[in-house]
Amino acid sequence: MTKHQKINGLPNLNRRSFIVGTAATGLVLGYAAFPEAGDSLAATPSNFEPTVWYAIGNDGKVVVTVGKAEMGQHISSTMAQLIAEELEASWKDMSIVLASNDPKYNDPVIAVQLTGGSYSTEMNFDAMCRAGAAGRITLIKAASEIMGVPENELRASESRVYHAKSKKSISFAEIVKSGKANKTWSPDELKAITLKTPDKYTKIGQSLRQLDIPPKTNGSCKYGIDSFVPGMLYGKLAIPPVRYGATVKSVDDSAAKKVPGFVKAVVVDDKTVTTTGWVVAVATSYEGAKKAAEALKIDWDKGPNAKVSNQSIIDESRRLQKEGTEGLLYVKDGDSAAAMEKAAKVIDAEYLTTLNIHAPMEPMNALAFEQDDIWHIYTGNQFNTRTTAIAAAIAGTDPKNVLIHQQFLGGGFGRRLESDMVIPAVAAAKAVGKPVKVIYSREDDMQMDFTRPLTYQKVKVGLDADGKAIAMEHDVIGAWPTVHWGIPAFLVPSVDKKGKIDPYAASGANYWYTIPNHTVRNFTNNLAEKATPPGQLRSVAPAWTFWAVESTMDDIAHASGQDPVEMRLKLLDGAGENAGGDKPWNVGGAKRLANALRAAVGLSGYGAIKLPANEGMGVACVSSQERTFPTWTACVAHVKVDPSSGEITLKKITIAMDVGTVVNPDGVRAQIEGSVFWGASLALLENATVKDGGIEQTNFDTYTPMRMSQIPELDISIIGNGEPAVGCGEPAVTVIAPAIANAIFNAVGARVRSLPITAEAVKAAMKA
Amino acid sequence: MTTLNINGHDHSVDVPNDTPLLWVIREHLQMTGTKFGCGAGLCGACTVHLDGEAVRSCQTAVSQATGKKIVTIEGLDPKGQHPLQRAWIAEQVPQCGYCQSGQIMQAASLLAKNTDPTKAEIVEHMDGNLCRCMTYARIQRAILRAAADLRGV
Repeated sequence: MTKHQKINGLPNLNRRSFIVGTAATGLVLGYAAFPEAGDSLAATPSNFEPTVWYAIGNDGKVVVTVGKAEMGQHISSTMAQLIAEELEASWKDMSIVLASNDPKYNDPVIAVQLTGGSYSTEMNFDAMCRAGAAGRITLIKAASEIMGVPENELRASESRVYHAKSKKSISFAEIVKSGKANKTWSPDELKAITLKTPDKYTKIGQSLRQLDIPPKTNGSCKYGIDSFVPGMLYGKLAIPPVRYGATVKSVDDSAAKKVPGFVKAVVVDDKTVTTTGWVVAVATSYEGAKKAAEALKIDWDKGPNAKVSNQSIIDESRRLQKEGTEGLLYVKDGDSAAAMEKAAKVIDAEYLTTLNIHAPMEPMNALAFEQDDIWHIYTGNQFNTRTTAIAAAIAGTDPKNVLIHQQFLGGGFGRRLESDMVIPAVAAAKAVGKPVKVIYSREDDMQMDFTRPLTYQKVKVGLDADGKAIAMEHDVIGAWPTVHWGIPAFLVPSVDKKGKIDPYAASGANYWYTIPNHTVRNFTNNLAEKATPPGQLRSVAPAWTFWAVESTMDDIAHASGQDPVEMRLKLLDGAGENAGGDKPWNVGGAKRLANALRAAVGLSGYGAIKLPANEGMGVACVSSQERTFPTWTACVAHVKVDPSSGEITLKKITIAMDVGTVVNPDGVRAQIEGSVFWGASLALLENATVKDGGIEQTNFDTYTPMRMSQIPELDISIIGNGEPAVGCGEPAVTVIAPAIANAIFNAVGARVRSLPITAEAVKAAMKA
Repeated sequence: MTTLNINGHDHSVDVPNDTPLLWVIREHLQMTGTKFGCGAGLCGACTVHLDGEAVRSCQTAVSQATGKKIVTIEGLDPKGQHPLQRAWIAEQVPQCGYCQSGQIMQAASLLAKNTDPTKAEIVEHMDGNLCRCMTYARIQRAILRAAADLRGV
């Protein structure tokens, strides 16, 4: 096969494709109607709702209903900023409420309520601009009636409509109060609107103050854990010693009964098989529930995964790779096997990434109760469509009878794409007939995380006599993070149609370098899939695929005597399909990545500054998250290595990111700051391990994300060239680890291929 | 019955003496600005002031807090306008925001004693407070800004 074939990222999702079975049950994820979400949406005395996305009250205040999970990426402000741009509303008039799970608030492109993939801005940009413009057009028409002047003589600005000739104006509030602005726009009418050209923007491109920040400085912001209803009880988990696969044989609650306020021990009957072996101790207070949970004597059958360890997962991945039969083709370009035969030199290496835990600061929690046949859930979630179906399955009702009262998320990072937190809450509330708020302890949260999978990769590169790469074979093996959702639409056919691939396990391996004869195979490790249920952790696959790819690029450069930057620029030639442009978001293709690389390299002083002994700079550049939605990101890491101990000091990160259109520059900067430190934390500090089927780390003493004393100096450059806006919350995570590893090599000649990078590994590689 | 003085008001609660102050503040009294993060004194999300000292309320039994002045984020400034709170907005510090009550309370105990801290002093004082969004660079800048504000420069 010589045809150039790559899987280009996002599956084809639409509402129809979500009417599916999930795991062992027949969960229905498609539905049309929902109970009214009274409290969250009645926030404004609204008189004018041109679309579902906002309402303008008699006071002229604009209340935006945000269908995206607000987890600190300030997406709620971004939505408001896009609407305000076209609506011509004053920023001081804008406010936000969080949408319920009503499907009318589904994402306008992916047609479900899911916040992830750094998709939100790119997929909502057009819809929010159109919604804003619809409001402005209607308000101007109404103003024309009120003022008795033609519409084309009117102009809206800062929440007023102006008539220049008469020097008269009228406020949005007065127009709404008149009742003359009352049009609701149809999808076809919205589509027909001509939007502003970027030169007319007054808000997009401005660092407007984020609307969600003030309540986050005075304790008034409400997260899921801050929910209360009268008569509410508390639930605390008692979890089995293995991550997955246990069953409860018996529960002895005789000691728990002595705890004041203890109500009941509820064995969770989870038909969705999301959880196994969980028991909820219910009591009148959280501290009571905690004491009762500790007092329960539970006899578990530990099930089939009780012997699984990091090593057994790695062994299984190596076996799968060696056997080779189960690999599904993700990229097939030319004939890598034949080309490899002709190679003058072959580079062959394996790459590992460990298990990682999300550990958002707000532990998982949910409050659930049934009232008048409606199940009410208070939580903060990134995937309300699926969470609704899971809650319904546990409650034994139809999804249309589940109302999610979405709250602010005390961190998401992909953890809250999972729905497990509603399961013990609904099960317990059902068992005791009262509202129950379940709060995971930090130990529960860490040990029952849907971890970033442990990945094993094998990369083989063939070089010709001139040192030119003529073949590359890349095997990516691990648990697939999206499979357990049970949603076939998320899986895509392999290149040869022999099976289905989880694109969120391999994206990034379909890079933008022009290297002939490229094969990527994706393997699922079923042992790991079952024992350590994997999840989406900030940036997902590109964080492991680019770890291997960008380390390999430096390997090639060093093996062929080329400068790693010059070689990358040469390979990012934009030839053929690497020209990009098959989607609006990847227009410009590889040349935009080359441009970002030049920017980062130039700003860092790479190659121009003479560094002291044992210091080095390393580069990496990535097209995360996907080929269809790349955010062109390049990085130079500057490290210092102590040659006696191997200890690494991360001195500075220089980063350049091309996001196309910059909606809120300070917001983009904040996301890059956080994701760079995430990348560094994953590269150097965070390591979870499984032993005897259980996650060994239980709290922040053993699982150790970056603290203030550990942050490097940071130099961020944002490239805004007016191309369509793309996401910025994740891509920088993926560029950091390889840049650091390449810097370590340049500092002391040690090549480390396993994450996290430890001093011991550096020391050992220096000796090798 | 235990009486606690929180933000200048007395509150009576009926809880066992060993109940962590955190759960009394958050769940019994529903003052939810103080957050639960780890339950082990490892993250700082639950930081409050006890007679002016920053303490981890998850590690403070209610019996240790009786007779003392407890201040939470809600009581740091009557209008939420403490120089740190203003600086937090000016520097656009919070992302998810969950740890920020604890960060601000921890920082306030530094500035109460030292209105001209060095960057190293800030790092030393703040290193026990985790921020999973990793807003650390902005936290540093906001503390320096608030300190300058307090010095009137």
